[in-house]
Amino acid sequence: MRVGLFVPCYMDAFEPEVGVATLELLERFGCQVDYPFDQTCCGQPMTNTGCHKEAAATEALFVKNFADYDYVVAPSGSCVHQVREHLTAVEQTEAVRRVRERTFELTEFLHDILQVEAFPWAEFPHKVGIHYNCNSLRGIGLAQASEVNKPFYSKPLDLLKKVKGIEFVQPARWDECCGFGGTFCVFEPGVSAKMGYDKVRDHAQAGAEYIVSADSSCLMHQKGCAERIGLPLRFIHIAQILNGATA
Amino acid sequence: MTSSSMPKGVAQPLPKPREPQPRGAVIRGNKPVNQSEAADRFIAAAEHQKMHDERLWTLRQNRDRIAHSLDEWEEMRELASRIKQHTLSHLDQYLEEFEANARAHGIHVHWAADGAEHNRIVHGILADHGAKTLIKSKSMLTEECGLRHYLNGVGIEVVETDLGERIQQLDNEDPSHVVVPAVHKMRADVAQVFSKTIGTDPHNDDIHYLAEQQREKTRPLILNADAGMTGCNFAVAETGSFVVCTNEGNADLSSNVPPLHIASIGIEKLIPKIEHLGVFVRLLSRSALGSPITQYTSHFRAPRTGGEMHIVLVDNGRTERLGMEEFWTSLKCIRCGACMNTCPVYRRSGGLSYGATYSGPIGIILDPTFNRRKYSALPFASTMNGSCTNVCPVKINIHEQIFAWRKVMAENHEIPLMKQAMMKAAGEVLSSPAVYRAAIAVADSALRTLPRFLVYNRLNTWTKQREMPEAPRETFHTWWKQNRMNSKKADRQ
Amino acid sequence: MSARDAILARIRTNRPAGQHDLPTVPDFTKPWPQGTSAKFVEMLEMMGGTILEQDSSGDLLKPVRDRLAQSPCVCSAVPEIEGEVELDLVGAPRDLADVDVAVVRAAFAVAETGSILVTENELRVNSLAYLAQHLVVLLDPADIVDSTQHAYMKPEFHSAHYACFHSGPSATADIEGVLIRGAQGVRSLTVALVPRGYRFEASAA
Repeated sequence: MRVGLFVPCYMDAFEPEVGVATLELLERFGCQVDYPFDQTCCGQPMTNTGCHKEAAATEALFVKNFADYDYVVAPSGSCVHQVREHLTAVEQTEAVRRVRERTFELTEFLHDILQVEAFPWAEFPHKVGIHYNCNSLRGIGLAQASEVNKPFYSKPLDLLKKVKGIEFVQPARWDECCGFGGTFCVFEPGVSAKMGYDKVRDHAQAGAEYIVSADSSCLMHQKGCAERIGLPLRFIHIAQILNGATA
Repeated sequence: MTSSSMPKGVAQPLPKPREPQPRGAVIRGNKPVNQSEAADRFIAAAEHQKMHDERLWTLRQNRDRIAHSLDEWEEMRELASRIKQHTLSHLDQYLEEFEANARAHGIHVHWAADGAEHNRIVHGILADHGAKTLIKSKSMLTEECGLRHYLNGVGIEVVETDLGERIQQLDNEDPSHVVVPAVHKMRADVAQVFSKTIGTDPHNDDIHYLAEQQREKTRPLILNADAGMTGCNFAVAETGSFVVCTNEGNADLSSNVPPLHIASIGIEKLIPKIEHLGVFVRLLSRSALGSPITQYTSHFRAPRTGGEMHIVLVDNGRTERLGMEEFWTSLKCIRCGACMNTCPVYRRSGGLSYGATYSGPIGIILDPTFNRRKYSALPFASTMNGSCTNVCPVKINIHEQIFAWRKVMAENHEIPLMKQAMMKAAGEVLSSPAVYRAAIAVADSALRTLPRFLVYNRLNTWTKQREMPEAPRETFHTWWKQNRMNSKKADRQ
Repeated sequence: MSARDAILARIRTNRPAGQHDLPTVPDFTKPWPQGTSAKFVEMLEMMGGTILEQDSSGDLLKPVRDRLAQSPCVCSAVPEIEGEVELDLVGAPRDLADVDVAVVRAAFAVAETGSILVTENELRVNSLAYLAQHLVVLLDPADIVDSTQHAYMKPEFHSAHYACFHSGPSATADIEGVLIRGAQGVRSLTVALVPRGYRFEASAA
């Protein structure tokens, strides 16, 4: 199957190693992965701020870049949520509809499409707390949120359980928002930071050495907060653990 | 060490200074309310913020526990949502049915187009009866209409009987939460308010003492009131009756002691039949507090013998909201407060930071309909995490409406010029591959080479409270170009 | 145009599009494993109410009389119990302000929530249940329904002027979430399971 890899703009700039891990991981499972070089962004910074007109050209570019793939895979649930739910500033042609339907977040792609059974190369003998980005959790259903009276499930947990040596710890408020919120962290910095401090303290008191997530945008924010208050937590993307990263 | 053993002339250690209660958003006429500024002050009051956050998170946990104990919980939410949507889309019919039944049972029914008319009508009824003192139970609608302020202006004394509302009334401050109006206050704050207004001991902040004092001091006011007023949780068209839910029993006192009972009812409170109470009453207190029912659930169908009952049906923007395709379902709200309890922003900001009658997630989607400019910043006081939507007993898609309001604000230029300019610039960069690649290359190298003080300054809000991410050696684009692009080209040849 | 007409007209103009049918509400009631009465007692106590236990005398009304014996001012709305205040002579609702314990019979009760229902028929003067400091409720176990949904099938909601579920005593947690019983209403609510028309027959010695 031909997979188009989408690396979010902030990951392109700040965490390219997560993009590399995603690429390598998909290739391990036999995917023919291409990276459209002219890709930029999913449009979320603009739509998140209500500026849909200003997002239209970026959205059109996204569709143009990814029109010819069986699947579009991104190591970011919030970007995938934007594409599947909010890529509406651009005219809804057949091409747009197709791209929107075929865009998947990495974890759900591995779990639901490839249905991966094992990661034999992966070993991560550490205590990890799982962080769920809110768009990933409640937007695209990566796990069952705690408010809802339905049976619990978690795709990231299912995959990570297959990693040798990994130990899970759970914070008291496991699915409370960490305060990143896209442009929220820039325009409401006080509340955002307080939520971030609370989140990392919660993971720390649960005994986490690492916080792992399918969204590095949240992790960047939490890392910044943890460093500011001197917590020795480390942060890693799920792609890196599943691809065999050691600490 | 007792005071008698202290050497004479040595000063007693000062008691720990009380953390002052953080006050709400600064209101400057019609200027956009700055929620963020008020939230920062709330966070700075660390003890208050901690208590507030923990108290409301406990309510959320109580709600979860009881919701998860009912197999039919999610089905009931769906039923409640559909019953409300049906009623709202046939509201004229149900209002007429309600009015006809209420009148047939001897209730006087009045209609008010807006808050001002509501206040005039209430005043008129009170004046007709020569009523000078009014006791009331909690009603967000009367807050919306500014009733107390109006009545004070025409010489009618109003006494709130709900403990939380009374605290707020005596402190001249709005309620901060629809169910627990003084949740932002610590006991010492209440002690200070009561000592200044109802003569309690300023040094006694024991909560049982404070509550008992309010009970004792309010009781004579209840006994001697000329009239009583309640709000309404549900108005049943089938019987012309209305339901009021309280934990204190103060709605029953307000309605059954004075000879005159006035009820303010928002037109969206209608439900078709008594049997539907079997859904809504089961959802309300479980969502609000995690208890199966409120201590008192009062059903009024006709005045008592020797009493008189009036209803004021109020529009105040509801019919206009009905016509808003993206926002009309906010009218389903049953004022349970579950969205406030779960909202991580609300718990850390306090309800007064929103500067409006309604705060938290429901406030964000209602308040702009009252004043779009004044509340233009509120849709941005959210991370759109979606927890509110999941706890709403009537399934209002709150976080999606918040998203939609952001679009309304941006399109109507109600967002700061700088923000709009930034987004326009971002859109231009992000839609041009070459410009984008050049921009991130610069940002990257800037991060790597600029001295710390240039990065960590007042203009860069990220760094006020967080460390910056480290700059990597290369972008993904660069890595791909160097490691994979040529090999792909080679593969294709 | 009156406000009424204007409001109704605006509703018609702004009617939301789409099909919004009224759903049928299923009955979710399931039998309580411990039985209806036991469930009622469990929930009553959870809501802060008290159940008056039978004593060794076998007379179901004796514990009620014992409970009232120390009270300075009893007002009874039930024929089984006598009090100091004569309800028929009460002129205004506020005249009941000095009542210490009020005794009423519940119209019925709800196991799901530990609630009892009273209307103007049981209260005779509505303010009785709210101005008294304490409330004692006689309840026939046969009058307990399983659920809130079943409760709303009862005729009182179509006939009474005033009907109120009491679920434990008055309460508030408005200050720092600390629970207070006896906010504005009664400080305690006690239920005695006494069938309607009950008369104690002492067994021959």
